[in-house]
Amino acid sequence: MLDSIASLGRAGLAAVASLGRAHLLLIGILGGLPSMLIRPRLLVAQVYNLGVLSLLIILVSGLFVGMVLGLQGHYVLSQFGAAESLGVMVAASLVRELGPVVTALLFAGRAGSALTAEIGLMKATEQLSGLEMMAVDPVKRVLTPRFFGGLISMPLLAALFSAVGVIGGWFVGVGLLGVDDGAFWGQMQSKIDFNEDVLNGVIKSLIFGLVVTWIALFEGYDTSPTSTGVSRATTRTVVHAALAVLGLDFVLTALMFGG
Amino acid sequence: MARIRLTEILVGAFMVLGFVALFFLAMRVSNLSLATAEDGYSLTAKFDNIGSLRVRAPVTMAGVRVGRVAAIGFDQETYQAVVTLRIAEQYDQIPTDTFANIFTAGLLGEQYIGLDPGASPDMLSNGDRIEFTQSALVLEQMIGQFLLSKAEEGGK
Repeated sequence: MLDSIASLGRAGLAAVASLGRAHLLLIGILGGLPSMLIRPRLLVAQVYNLGVLSLLIILVSGLFVGMVLGLQGHYVLSQFGAAESLGVMVAASLVRELGPVVTALLFAGRAGSALTAEIGLMKATEQLSGLEMMAVDPVKRVLTPRFFGGLISMPLLAALFSAVGVIGGWFVGVGLLGVDDGAFWGQMQSKIDFNEDVLNGVIKSLIFGLVVTWIALFEGYDTSPTSTGVSRATTRTVVHAALAVLGLDFVLTALMFGG
Repeated sequence: MARIRLTEILVGAFMVLGFVALFFLAMRVSNLSLATAEDGYSLTAKFDNIGSLRVRAPVTMAGVRVGRVAAIGFDQETYQAVVTLRIAEQYDQIPTDTFANIFTAGLLGEQYIGLDPGASPDMLSNGDRIEFTQSALVLEQMIGQFLLSKAEEGGK
């Protein structure tokens, strides 16, 4: 009886301790900002790794999500004789929700897992300790550029996802199902507000980018330096990042569009 | 060195592409151009009943959108709804005897305000009130009146 309570307490303490380590790591990462600005090439390489290499999966998924939205939206809206509102439906759901959320989920799977595995292996093969031996702070040198690379890439990827999705919805709605072209764009433009919808979507994607990259870096940095540890850390990154994104999305939607 | 250069070019192209997508969302999807022009000027109008008119509903003239509903309030003295209209700056030639109607787009569509220009040589400016208004047509009231008139016919 007492043992089970003690194990519960141990789990709680461990969770709080890892939360504390994660925040210390975040402060360390942000502290590396000045030294990163001196060597912007490190950042460019990470934007390439995290952003450019994720382009293919983001663009293709965006296109297909938009096309499915076009098909499904047309099916429901045409029953009410409101097929002209298809543009509003596709654009609003993409810009507000699907763009940031699906991009963040794909980003966690494509870039987050790679980050964790990379950092975890660096730790397992004692490359991070090696850097420390040479008086180079591994947090500033290795983690900071990756963090800001993810922070820059996410909003751009989300914007691309939404834009390609709208084009996909337009292709299906106007091209295949015969919705009027003018009504599609006109209704969309009159109902979608830049500050209310687009800008809030960008803020969302920025927050998701921060959370996903932070979780990925922390799991990699905090892994136990064995092959099992790295594999577990990579799994945890994807699971935790996905849960965090979906949970945060509800909170952010309630804050931004709920009132 | 060539590889680093290629990376830099690709990253630059990625950033440009991302901003183009944002620009597309701003201009093509959300029509930012009209949103900024909406700084414009405000007019108020009092209606007996605004039906289901909402803030941000369009204000049109001859079917062209000239502004949006900025705020909806309630006047405790006259028991009327006070609607504030935000009209875009370039449409500053609205006569003082303009008529404001609340219309419905389609049978069940959203409600919007249509302005019928009058003939007065004086133009409305910021803060002015539109005197002539026509309330929203509430479907339930219309059906009620229709049934009432049918009942009267039947009574004869």
